[in-house]
Amino acid sequence: MNLALLIPVLPLIGFVINGLFGKNISKSTVGLIGSGTILGAFICTAIVFINFVNNGSVATEVKAFDWLVIGDTTLSFSFYVDQLSLIMMSLVTGVGFLIHLYSIGYMHDDENYSRFFAYLNLFVFFMLLLVMADNYLVLFTGWEGVGFCSYLLIGFWYKTPEYNDAAKKAFIMNRIGDLGFILGLFLMFSEFGSLQFTEVFSDASQYSEGNPAILGITILLFIGATGKSAQLPLFTWLPDAMAGPTPVSALIHAATMVTAGIYLIVRSHILFDLAPETMCIIAWVGAITALVAATIAVVQNDIKKVLAYSTVSQLGLIFVALGVGAYTSAMFHLLTHAFFKALLFLGAGSVIHAMSGEQDIRKMGGLKKVLPITHITFVIGCLAISGIPFFSGFFSKDEMLAHVYNDSVPLWIIASGTSALTAFYMFRLYFLTFSNGFRGTEHQKHHLHESPSTMTTPLMVLAVLAAFGGGLGLPMELIGIEHAHFLENFLPGLEDANFDLSHETEIFLMLGAVALAVGSWLFAKKIYKENQTIPSDNVTGIQKLFAGKYFLDEIYEKAIIRPFQLLGNALYIFIEERLIDPVVNAFGTLSIKKGNFVKQLQQGNTGFYIFGIVAGVVLILVANYLIWFR
Amino acid sequence: MNEITSTIQVVPLEYYIFLSVTLFSIGVLGMLLRRNAIIAFMSIELMLNAVNLLMVAFSAFRGDAKGQVFVFFIMVVAAAEVAIGLAILTMIHHNRGSVDINALNKLKW
Repeated sequence: MNLALLIPVLPLIGFVINGLFGKNISKSTVGLIGSGTILGAFICTAIVFINFVNNGSVATEVKAFDWLVIGDTTLSFSFYVDQLSLIMMSLVTGVGFLIHLYSIGYMHDDENYSRFFAYLNLFVFFMLLLVMADNYLVLFTGWEGVGFCSYLLIGFWYKTPEYNDAAKKAFIMNRIGDLGFILGLFLMFSEFGSLQFTEVFSDASQYSEGNPAILGITILLFIGATGKSAQLPLFTWLPDAMAGPTPVSALIHAATMVTAGIYLIVRSHILFDLAPETMCIIAWVGAITALVAATIAVVQNDIKKVLAYSTVSQLGLIFVALGVGAYTSAMFHLLTHAFFKALLFLGAGSVIHAMSGEQDIRKMGGLKKVLPITHITFVIGCLAISGIPFFSGFFSKDEMLAHVYNDSVPLWIIASGTSALTAFYMFRLYFLTFSNGFRGTEHQKHHLHESPSTMTTPLMVLAVLAAFGGGLGLPMELIGIEHAHFLENFLPGLEDANFDLSHETEIFLMLGAVALAVGSWLFAKKIYKENQTIPSDNVTGIQKLFAGKYFLDEIYEKAIIRPFQLLGNALYIFIEERLIDPVVNAFGTLSIKKGNFVKQLQQGNTGFYIFGIVAGVVLILVANYLIWFR
Repeated sequence: MNEITSTIQVVPLEYYIFLSVTLFSIGVLGMLLRRNAIIAFMSIELMLNAVNLLMVAFSAFRGDAKGQVFVFFIMVVAAAEVAIGLAILTMIHHNRGSVDINALNKLKW
């Protein structure tokens, strides 16, 4: 039995135990099983990782069982252990474990404690299937599974109708993307006759660049990715998904599930390399999403909504990097983003916990003294996401920006502007939450407290990762040491082949980005700390557009939902009520009338019945004779 | 066995057919004309045995044992059917005091 098989099975065991028996065992046992299985999966991942490196980094297939055998085609349920999947597995189980640990403290007073851990374990199971799959069908299984778990967890507090609506919205928006994904799989199967990664990619190498079939497949896969990774036009579900408990937002809607689209594209990069048009679309969709989401984040007043739009914006930046072919940089930022965004969400959760459920940053302020650990870790998160030098986000973001500049200057301008906005809205959030005096009620002030150690420990671990995670990809080439970029060495075949910027240009770009980030930081400090501005509800001018989230929900409502409802009503009135109903009713009435006529035979006269039988047999015999023997 | 078969074959096959057709017709007429349920029941048995006779006759003349095997099955089923049928008839008599089939006219629309 291969150890890799155990990795997804452990969370599944946790799900079964907590799901079936959670009500009957104590909360501490539930938490222990929930976190323990993920820790076990993490340890297994670490062992598999070490063995993999020691055995010369050869990608291996681990077969669990034959899933579907149709004629000559066999689809096996098997896992693919290579550099990319190992990185994702470590991320999912590592960050997943920290968030499980955090949930023990955060969800402690919830009555559905065991249900929460069961769902969370199930999510980790499906996410592991997604990243470990060795063919697109298993990947799709995980893809659908995480979407379903996301739905369950967004609607976790199902007694509030708005939360249920948010869950349904997330599910339906994801379905739209998934439709693209599955159509892409159909096209892929008809083109290559297989869904196995190795077979598809080796077949694809015989195709020339710009092949229409490859173009179709990549665009459809990208539509799938826009749904799952919250890109335009399907991103509106992610901010609403903040209805779920904060650990869910950290795990699913920041660190892992929303990166599935990025993983999909990096995994299929051989196909995407053959479709330059798709790459161009990806880069521009990413850039526009990044800018739109960042501008919305600037005027949001809900602590989790700011982080949600920030996530959309950062994912957009990663898509820009994917679009210009900088896969390694995209993976690098995916990792660092997972660290600091999980940290920020968990920090926000700690703040919300202290504020007795209050999420409006206008009613916070001055939390620096009462939440010292949360404060320090949150600052590290802000510094990391803003790209302040020597924190993880600095290295990953600058690497992406350099690659984008190398490919297209307009995209670079948008991406840099987004980065500056990122620094601004993050420090706006920070100053409004932690600086100046407390603006909440007396009751909240009395209740303020630092979170328990199960919550602060993950914060501290994530803060260390957010601060030093940049070590995975230090730009050593700039100081003259070649081939020292850890991720680039580790991930074979993913480097940006077109990258040819001189070191001077790179350093210049880096300094520019730092100046922008620090400038935005100081600007936010001036407005929100020194002038003590509190954002009001009355917004004017272009802010109205931002605060209204570009009115995308309203546009979708008017342009898509209303017409569909009208169409549905029209079909109901004209087709259902005027066409189908009368036809169905006519058959019913006819049966009743004819039945009333024929039932007169049933008089209860047994002699007549016997005569009927004999007469019938004679009739059949006579007819038989007439037809066959005449 | 061969002796029995040859004994049966002494009588021409047509005689057997006439006999069983006659028996079957008597059964049908009994069903149609008599109103006593027990007589009707006996008529059914007559029809069944007319068919049985035909089967063994053909079986003997063709030298094929399948027909005889079939007859055994029919006899077993008929025995079971008689047991149930007579039980139903006693219950009808118990409840309605008569076995006249024209009295059994309660089941109707």
